[in-house]
Amino acid sequence: METTGKIVGVNGNMISVAFEGAVAQNEVGYALVVTSESTQRLMSEVVRIRGRVADMQVFEDTRGLQIDDVVEFSGNMLTAELGPGLLKQIYDGLQNPLPRLAEQCGFFLQRGTYLPALDRESKWAFKPTAAPGDRLTAGETLGTVPEGIFEHRIMLPFKLDGVYTVKSIVAAGSYTVEKEIAVLSDGDGNDISVTMMQRWPVKLPITCFEERLRPTVTMTTRIRTVDTFFPVALGGTYCIPGPFGAGKTVLQQTTSRYADVDIVVIVACGERAGEVVETLREFPELKDPRTGKSLMDRTIIICNTSSMPVAAREASVYTGVTLASYYRQMGLNVLMMADSTSRWAQALRELSGRLEEIPGEEAFPAYLESLIANFYERAGLVLLKDGSKGSVTIGGTVSPAGGNFDEPVTQATLKVVGAFHGLSRARSDARRFPAIDPLDSWSKYPSVIENKRVEKLRSILRAGNDVNQMMKVVGEEGTSIDDFMNYLKSEFLDAAYMQQDAYNDVDAATPVERQREMFDLAEKAMLSQYAYSDKAEARKFFQGIVQDFIDWNLTLSDLPEYTQRRDAIAKKIEEAAAHA
Amino acid sequence: MHKIYHTIDNLAGSVITLRADGVKYGELAEVTSRTGTSLAQVIKLHGEHVTLQVFAGARGIATDARVRFLEAPMRVPFSYALLGRAFTGSAQPRDKGPELVNNLIDIGTPSVNPAKRIIPRNMVRTNIPMIDVFNSLVESQKLPIFARAGEPYNELLARIALQAEVDIIVLGGMGLKYDDYLYFRDTLDESGALSRTVMFVHTAADPIVECMLVPDIALATAEKFALDGKKVLVLLTDMTSFADALKEIAITMEQIPSNRGYPGDLYSQLASRYEKAVDFEGAGSITILAVTTMPGDDVTHPVPDNTGYITEGQFYLRNGRIEPFGSLSRLKQQVNSQTREDHRTIMDSMIKLYASFKETQEKQSMGFRMSDWDDKLLQYGERFEAEMMALSVNIPLEKALDLGWQILSACFASNEVGIPTKLIEKFWPKQ
Repeated sequence: METTGKIVGVNGNMISVAFEGAVAQNEVGYALVVTSESTQRLMSEVVRIRGRVADMQVFEDTRGLQIDDVVEFSGNMLTAELGPGLLKQIYDGLQNPLPRLAEQCGFFLQRGTYLPALDRESKWAFKPTAAPGDRLTAGETLGTVPEGIFEHRIMLPFKLDGVYTVKSIVAAGSYTVEKEIAVLSDGDGNDISVTMMQRWPVKLPITCFEERLRPTVTMTTRIRTVDTFFPVALGGTYCIPGPFGAGKTVLQQTTSRYADVDIVVIVACGERAGEVVETLREFPELKDPRTGKSLMDRTIIICNTSSMPVAAREASVYTGVTLASYYRQMGLNVLMMADSTSRWAQALRELSGRLEEIPGEEAFPAYLESLIANFYERAGLVLLKDGSKGSVTIGGTVSPAGGNFDEPVTQATLKVVGAFHGLSRARSDARRFPAIDPLDSWSKYPSVIENKRVEKLRSILRAGNDVNQMMKVVGEEGTSIDDFMNYLKSEFLDAAYMQQDAYNDVDAATPVERQREMFDLAEKAMLSQYAYSDKAEARKFFQGIVQDFIDWNLTLSDLPEYTQRRDAIAKKIEEAAAHA
Repeated sequence: MHKIYHTIDNLAGSVITLRADGVKYGELAEVTSRTGTSLAQVIKLHGEHVTLQVFAGARGIATDARVRFLEAPMRVPFSYALLGRAFTGSAQPRDKGPELVNNLIDIGTPSVNPAKRIIPRNMVRTNIPMIDVFNSLVESQKLPIFARAGEPYNELLARIALQAEVDIIVLGGMGLKYDDYLYFRDTLDESGALSRTVMFVHTAADPIVECMLVPDIALATAEKFALDGKKVLVLLTDMTSFADALKEIAITMEQIPSNRGYPGDLYSQLASRYEKAVDFEGAGSITILAVTTMPGDDVTHPVPDNTGYITEGQFYLRNGRIEPFGSLSRLKQQVNSQTREDHRTIMDSMIKLYASFKETQEKQSMGFRMSDWDDKLLQYGERFEAEMMALSVNIPLEKALDLGWQILSACFASNEVGIPTKLIEKFWPKQ
């Protein structure tokens, strides 16, 4: 018998429910809005229990609820459906498929309409790999189905504990996700039926692997500043804080296109709907540079935009990371990007305020830090039970109030991530994109270029910046020519190498090979000694090679001009240095 | 049968509490007291206690005031008869026209399914170079104008409204000075645009709760027009007043404030309004231009800050000009590749050089010697400010691009501007 309750209070999207029987923390319930025409079921989640009253956050608009309305408890926590058919989908924060909702409801999202995440009708070609008598544990493979370009593993449900014997398994053939494909028996003679679909509570991490490994392999993104200077590793975590308009979203979109991973999960969490639409409409047309297939084939979009219910926004990041972890279990490299984690934190703050909890800094709840840490810890490179490796890389944007990084969400995030791409207003105002601050940002992961060489150039960059600051006080005439050269070199590196035009087809993505070649040349320009005594002459020289570099950056690498331009620049540098 | 109650337990600010049963969350009620009748909305239920927000404020409401529940949420009349009319924040006529009662529509409608949105692709031409060239406005965009009090933001808003090609203009005024309301009315009237305009205006003298209703009413109305195939431009001025109204109510309700007294859900509240901007596939569209005044000219103030994260860019109005730094149209990339091939290059190069000019200007003000390069920049900056930035400039996009090349070539050599050689060959003016 399911537990039911009655509403005793409504305050915004929080309801208080008096119940009989047992109710669990984070259990999902449905508040019934009964009108003469219809009954709407509003999904809610228990967030606090006091005595016989449960406080629940409603994932919908609460208008029309009244005292004594019935709430039905489901007995389950908020779960995600896992199985073949997740790829290419567009879900809301509660894993409702948005395109199918649109077919049913038209332009607007209708309250209380929920659809199954996985299509119940589609059939998938299942091929068993386990045989009756096999003894398996949670996460081990029973069989596979092809899903687009991937071999989707059907695994023993993650919630099973201990060792199970396969009692029977179906022959190869096409089945729907709800069809029983195997029967397992536990040690006590109980039979367990297994389908291709399983459910997993989104707020719990999936841990059916052998062990976690240290992330050491660079995840290339084809963004030069990132790969060379502030790299991210497969299975690592990074964050992109920045004021509005600094290019967080463009950076994420470029990364989702070019990152060298198998699957990308994009979580649009409390951000503009328009940005999701760009991804939604453009990805099916774009080719994956790795496979040549449509980018959408490797993408899952979770989209809970800013005007959609706040409570579901909180759920969306968990839904996203759960789907990412599911594909990791198949030995794939998954990148999950959350835009923006600040909106998620704000959802927590709204909830905390309604619960009348004692507020922490800037009214964020005191447990914010541990929640953020927990979330990023769900990333990682893991060794699976079959010996293969899979990874979940998490990149989160942060939208700090006023662009000031000294606020709770940014600070809590910085503590737990492995790379920090801080975007600066000064750079974006000067149209220096990507606006990743080359002095403040850092990364603990290995770069595609040897560390020593990168550090050398960064030290010139730093020196150049110091000179620039100094020149604001003493002027150009009070600066020695050596210092001035450092300044020019740092400006050159910025303009020629770090700045990248995300809207130019060629410049938007620089493969690693090309990055190395560019780096060699930029390094040559940076480390050469020049004998200019006149500052105007020196400036003119660097302006010249910046121009040449930009032309070179826009040249397709398979054209003959590509090598011609490169050699011309090298010659120019050599000539200028020869006079030294 | 409407239920009527006569005992009010608590009164604070514009919020009253009484005991009642069978009341729905969000329902409207009519509160009648010595000072008159006002609408009120249920904003909290706790056991038998019902908390109501009184639209006209609680001033003068007695503990024995008559409260009648209407068993329906807030609704406003919708028809084409709205055009040319002006209403208050609770949708009562502000002009001398008749009250409209037919065809009531809900306000605060659900959000549009992201899967049904389309990529915006139509540029809205304004003939203001700082907008058309550098930050193009796009149909279905939501864009605020950030300005200090005293800047001519309402004038700019009115000018864009008149020059933009749209079918219907919906004006939502919040905390407007009465003079400003008259300014809008007269300007629209003179140009003949009033007949396609509907105004919902809350003036500074009106009850604060009505201020909170204005965006919802304006946008619900706009949405109906848009679904009927119309291109709608919604002008909201000033959203900071709206946020301040939210703050006032939240504090009265004893909510825990998050930042400078504003409620923790400020972002969500603003977002649910701005996100109404949409292009309906097969129907019309809603474009939102909103004024956000920045208290103390501080962009990190919670209202402009949260707004910036919601909207698709922003225009900074400073000293009567649209500032190139900080101003941004996130959707410009959708349209400025189809205008003319040099559009993006001119846009980027001119701003980069203007940034250098600003640095040089700083150096100059500190008394440093100016190099040749600095002199060039100074000459460039002056021309840029006078010929591009001034709001009085009123030229179409193509003319503005040509002007850009002229200014560049007058001030610099062609290899100093960082423009790809291909474009230089084609567009650089030959003396």
